[in-house]
Amino acid sequence: MVIFALMESSSHNQTSSGLTAPSWSPYVVGIGIGVLSWLVFLIVDKPLGMSTEVSKFSGGVASLFVGMDKVVENPYWASTTPAFGYSTVFLIATAAGAFLSAILSGTLKIETVPRVWREQIGGSPAGRALGAFLGGAVLLYGARMAGGCTSGHGISGTLQLAVSGWLFFAVLFASGIVTAKLMFRK
Amino acid sequence: MNLPISTSSTAGLILAGVFGLIFGILLHKGRVTNYNVIVNMFRFKDFTVLKVMLSAIVVGGIGVYIMMAAGLLEGYHIKPTNVAGLVIGGALFGIGMVVYGYCPGTGVAAVATGSVHALIGFLGMLVGGVFYALSYPWVKAHILNVGDFGKVRLPEASHIPEFIWWIVIAAGSVFLFKILPKAEKQSE
Repeated sequence: MVIFALMESSSHNQTSSGLTAPSWSPYVVGIGIGVLSWLVFLIVDKPLGMSTEVSKFSGGVASLFVGMDKVVENPYWASTTPAFGYSTVFLIATAAGAFLSAILSGTLKIETVPRVWREQIGGSPAGRALGAFLGGAVLLYGARMAGGCTSGHGISGTLQLAVSGWLFFAVLFASGIVTAKLMFRK
Repeated sequence: MNLPISTSSTAGLILAGVFGLIFGILLHKGRVTNYNVIVNMFRFKDFTVLKVMLSAIVVGGIGVYIMMAAGLLEGYHIKPTNVAGLVIGGALFGIGMVVYGYCPGTGVAAVATGSVHALIGFLGMLVGGVFYALSYPWVKAHILNVGDFGKVRLPEASHIPEFIWWIVIAAGSVFLFKILPKAEKQSE
């Protein structure tokens, strides 16, 4: 793995390195996430995860409309109670880290329609917005039904050799490949 | 220092900030905050996502295995294997990941790199979360209890020792890392 990382980084031939580089070798990034998962397990006894916190955010936003009393009457939010805590900070810091990395490497840019979508589906920002909104809704619904996402199942679950993590990983890839085949025909 | 540190303590919250910051930097440097990189994985044109995930799994997993064997960790954090929930949820997740172009973590990170559509999809995720909470009693009664095997791990389920699993996963990953760049070149 380390050899792959070295091979990749030597072939990248970047003019800038470290935090100012636009990207790193995917193997270096993967090793980094692996080492991060050791530290998180060792220091706070938690796996890496994201989708539980996003669904708590949903409850938090819902509470602005109907009040927190009503939200926690729901059996799901009664057990996954929306409250500020460790995973809230983790979510915000993840965004901050990506922002920092984009700023330092000069790759921060407003994007309304990404290239593949424009080539395959169309250039309308409204069309892309609708797709992103519906896709996001289906994504989080699926994550909650499965009990995790790419972080919680796909990395944290698989690396603990959880059957649930590997099954999720396999189904997610199969479904994604079929969806991509149907959606991108050009 | 006594480990683990409570996640509800001030130190725990500071650590959440440090871990999240590192995670966000890694996601951006790994280019998985880029819509095109994620969807091109499922089109077999760019295997960055698979390279990142497999190296994270192998390095993370072998390290956690060793730390566990050395008695440094409290225990595993395994999610239950509810077959119906995982298959239906995973299938919906795959559809959502291609249509949205991100997963929850990379979506959150992409918002901060200027992706407006990632932000709109984040709002979509919040709506998906509300729908899930509303349908939860039905889902719990009709889906989550179908094929429920509890918190099982591959070594126990297969009676194949843990280190054999790691040899197979590491060797399989290295094999993929050797052939994936060729597949990427062919699709160009």
